[in-house]
Amino acid sequence: MSAVLNRPLAGVAPARNAGVWGAAWKRFRSDRVGVVALVIVGAFLLLVLAAGAGLVAKGWQVEAGVPNAPPTFLGPRASTDAAVDAVSTKQNIDLSDIDPLAPRYKEWDERAAKFQTTDTVKRETLAFGGDRLGRDVLAKAIKGAEVSIMVGVLSAVTAVLIGTVLGAFGGFFGGKVGDLLEWVYNVFTAIPGILLIFTFAAVLNRADAIIPKGIWTIVIILGFTGWTGIYRLVRAEFIKHSVREYVRSAEAIGASTMSRMFRHILPNVSHVVLVQLSVYVVGFIKAEVILSYLGLGVSVDQVSWGTMLAEAQGELILGYWWQLAAATLFMAVFVTAFSLFTDALRDALDPKLRGLE
Amino acid sequence: MAAYLIRRLWQMIPTLIGVVLLVFFLFKYFGGDPAEILGGMNATPAQIDVIRDQLGLNRPVWEQLAIFFKQIVSFEWGKSWATQESVASLFASRLPATLTVMVPILLLDVVLAIPFALLVAYVRGSLTDRSIMVLSTVALSISFLVYVIVGQYVFAFQLGWFPVQGWSDKLLTNLLVFTPLPVLLAVMVGLAPQTRLYRTFFLDEIGQDYVRTARAKGMTETTVLLKHVMRNAMIPILTNVAVALPGIFVGSFLIETFFSIPGLGREVLLAVNRSDYPVIQAVTIYIAVITMVVNLLTDVLYKLVDPRVVLK
Repeated sequence: MSAVLNRPLAGVAPARNAGVWGAAWKRFRSDRVGVVALVIVGAFLLLVLAAGAGLVAKGWQVEAGVPNAPPTFLGPRASTDAAVDAVSTKQNIDLSDIDPLAPRYKEWDERAAKFQTTDTVKRETLAFGGDRLGRDVLAKAIKGAEVSIMVGVLSAVTAVLIGTVLGAFGGFFGGKVGDLLEWVYNVFTAIPGILLIFTFAAVLNRADAIIPKGIWTIVIILGFTGWTGIYRLVRAEFIKHSVREYVRSAEAIGASTMSRMFRHILPNVSHVVLVQLSVYVVGFIKAEVILSYLGLGVSVDQVSWGTMLAEAQGELILGYWWQLAAATLFMAVFVTAFSLFTDALRDALDPKLRGLE
Repeated sequence: MAAYLIRRLWQMIPTLIGVVLLVFFLFKYFGGDPAEILGGMNATPAQIDVIRDQLGLNRPVWEQLAIFFKQIVSFEWGKSWATQESVASLFASRLPATLTVMVPILLLDVVLAIPFALLVAYVRGSLTDRSIMVLSTVALSISFLVYVIVGQYVFAFQLGWFPVQGWSDKLLTNLLVFTPLPVLLAVMVGLAPQTRLYRTFFLDEIGQDYVRTARAKGMTETTVLLKHVMRNAMIPILTNVAVALPGIFVGSFLIETFFSIPGLGREVLLAVNRSDYPVIQAVTIYIAVITMVVNLLTDVLYKLVDPRVVLK
């Protein structure tokens, strides 16, 4: 029967089935909002790669402008030095008779003249303004995007890896292994999430020897505390799939346990994993911002959207709003685009869910 | 019912032991050496050895674990390393401030989100519905931190409607003067996702057969929505509130830090920055206990809300 159906008709090239991913891509492409979101997310990822390779925002630490330089479109700040100069036009009184250091001034001037000093002219305005050290806010926001998105993606990948592997084992084997993993899950969910993050942070603050400085501490904190959600989902899927016929057939032809779990079942539940991964990216980027503000985030020699917002709090009181605006704008655009992309991805990969939310 | 409660309490024990083991081994093997933290920068090796001996760190691991368990059961956590305040008094003095802020936030969130969600669900598919959904997606993508920074700047600094920050000894002053701004900001931010979520709950119910039947019987829309739909949607809403409920004991770290409210969350954050292990360990374990008890109470509450629920 199947031989008859599969025989290509004469003169017609066999149309190859696009497969489940092809079909999903087709559905995704028809979602205009999703495609636009994907383009924006892609542009951000390119920006992250470029910043990582040092092509853009390399000089974010250069103090190019005057402190708190306003954005170019606002024009330079009105000079406050003029009033001071006007007062001090009078001749200085000659003190050289009583000044004990006077005989050495000439010697010091000669010595100072041996050194070349160049006065760097600090710009009055920067494209998007400057921070309190005169660093370009735009460059900081781009560099901050690199760090924040890296943290979000890496910790989401960590959490998803842990959750998927544990969920696969828990759901596939059940019994003793399942009970043990359920116990671990219960333990991790018994502690409110933010408190668990703080406990891990307290421990890892002192664990410099184990984890290199930089973004890795926060990636590990978020990854190791955030895996419970996806564990639950993957476990439920594996329980459902492990008794399906295709898995039993695979067993009958001698597929090993690992092969059945990760070569047969996993591709069938990968849409759940993929959607959850992007849900996590958004959540962890937001978490990084809060943690950085509380002083538990990236180290002080790095810049992220979180550290920018932390600095912006003090600047806003003085009327310097541009750093806050830059960080907020970058973050809002990326997170909105990524959220919409996630929704579109969910709709494309799992048409059953369409319209539920 | 009694049998159910006893069984549920019995089931908590392994989870609780797990929490204790997790906290113990996390601090034991990954955290810094407590003796070095207590000794400070200039401690000699001999001094550190003495501290280590006092803390019992030279004893075998299982013996240390036994001491740890004894501390938890007897509520004897000793004192905070940084302030010498006993952990019990720390709880007693910080929890009221946290509750003063968090209870109004939770109540207002739920009380406001339910009518909003019902309204949005009722006009689903319309321009109002879609624009509210888009607005809440965009609003959600901005960090809570931005709302707090801008909110404090605009409402307290520029307009002067509220004090910028502060706290007093009197509950009434706190409620009327110092909590309104943090509560307002938290509710403003929490309302959008809450409304979105409750909307799906109401939508699930509005499509049900019993709603059509009620309409067919000639009931007014108000009766259908408020009596039939609302009651049935209460179950998922209750679950959602229950998930958020343990959070009111931890408080919002961000709000407490930002507005200098002397609550538990700010205290934990200080403890984390000072490596004050007794405080962090005690708070983590007791909050875990509170969380589990609250979850149990919610399950019992289901029974009261929905007679169909069978506790087993």
